[in-house]
Amino acid sequence: MNDTLIALATIYAQLSLLAFGGGNSILPEMQRQVVDVQHWMTAREFASMYALAQAAPGPNMLVSTLIGWRVAGLSGALVATFAMTWPSCLLTLAVSSVWFRFRDARWRKLVQAGIVPVTVGLVMAGAVLLTRTTSATLPTFLMTVVATAIFLRSKLHPLIVLAAAAALGASGVLV
Amino acid sequence: MTLPARSSPPSLRELFTGFLTVGVFGFGGVLPWARRMIVEQRRWLSGPEFTDMLALCQFLPGPNIINVSAALGYRFAGWPGAITCFTGLMFAPMAIIVALGMLYARIGGYPVVQHAFAGLAAGASAMVMATALKIAAPLGRRPLALCIAVLTFIAAGLLRVPLLYVVLVFAPASILLLANFER
Repeated sequence: MNDTLIALATIYAQLSLLAFGGGNSILPEMQRQVVDVQHWMTAREFASMYALAQAAPGPNMLVSTLIGWRVAGLSGALVATFAMTWPSCLLTLAVSSVWFRFRDARWRKLVQAGIVPVTVGLVMAGAVLLTRTTSATLPTFLMTVVATAIFLRSKLHPLIVLAAAAALGASGVLV
Repeated sequence: MTLPARSSPPSLRELFTGFLTVGVFGFGGVLPWARRMIVEQRRWLSGPEFTDMLALCQFLPGPNIINVSAALGYRFAGWPGAITCFTGLMFAPMAIIVALGMLYARIGGYPVVQHAFAGLAAGASAMVMATALKIAAPLGRRPLALCIAVLTFIAAGLLRVPLLYVVLVFAPASILLLANFER
C-alpha cells in the first residue's frame, strides 16, 4: 500500500459513511478532496469524470472507480470503489437485522425527515459547483439551463439529453 | 397490481445475473431498474418488502442501490449472497467505465473530443441541478427546513467547509429543530 492508495481508501471510506440521502450529497466533498486538498486533478477534469460516470451504465458512484483509476491505475480503481461502497454496505447489513425494531419508531421518522434539508443543501452545492466549472462560456451556460428544464419537465430519457449535449459540444457552437 | 413474492429463494447464479442486468442497463439512476427486476420480473420481493428494504438503505448513508444489493443478497444467501449481488451489480459497469476512461485518455487531446466533453459535462451538471431542484421543491412552503437547506448550501458550497463538520453540526441541529418547531 502506498500513500496514494491509503489516501484514496480514507477519503472514499469517509464519503461512504457520510453519504446521507444517497450518492449525490457527497459531490461537494469529493470535489473538495480530489481537487482542492489532494490536487489530483483540476475542477474541469473532475467535472468530465463525473459526466463520464453519469453517461455510462451503472450506479453514479462509479465516478470513484474512474478517479481511483486515474490517480493510481487498476489498484486505485479497486481501492476507491470498495472504500466507496463497503463501509456503508457493512453498516446496512449490521442494521438490517435490528431494523424491524425501530422501523416504525417515531424517532426513526424524525431523524430521517430531519436529514432531508441537509441533503437538499448538499446536492444543491454539488450542482452549483459543477455548473460553475462546466459553464465556461455563455452558450454552455444557456444550454445547461435548457437541459435542466428538459430534465425537470419532460420524460425524455436522460441519455438522449446527454448525447445531445455532447453532440452540441462537438459541433463547436458552445465555444 | 401488487405481485406476491415467489416462495423459493433465488440461487446465487440468479442473484448474479439479476444484478448484472441492472448494472448494465441502469443508465441515469439504477433504482427504477432494480425495482423492476426484483419486484416485477423475478419476484424476489413483494412491492412492500422492496419498499421496506429501500427505506432501510435510504435511512443509512451510502449509495442506495449498492446497499440494496448487499442487503438483498444477505437476506437470501448470507455473506456469499451479499458478495454475489454486489459483484453482479458492479462488475460490468466498472469494466465499462475503466475502458471509457482509457479511451478518453487516448483521444482526449483532440479538440473535437474536448468540445464534446465540455457539452457532456454541462449536460451532467444540468442533471444534478434538476435533481437538486426536484428534492428542494417540497421545502418551498416549509420556512425552517428551507432555511436549514440554504445554510447547508452556504457552508458546503460557498465556504467549502469539510463535509464531516457540516454533517456533525447541521444534521443533529436540523433533526432537533424540525422535530420541535415544525408542525
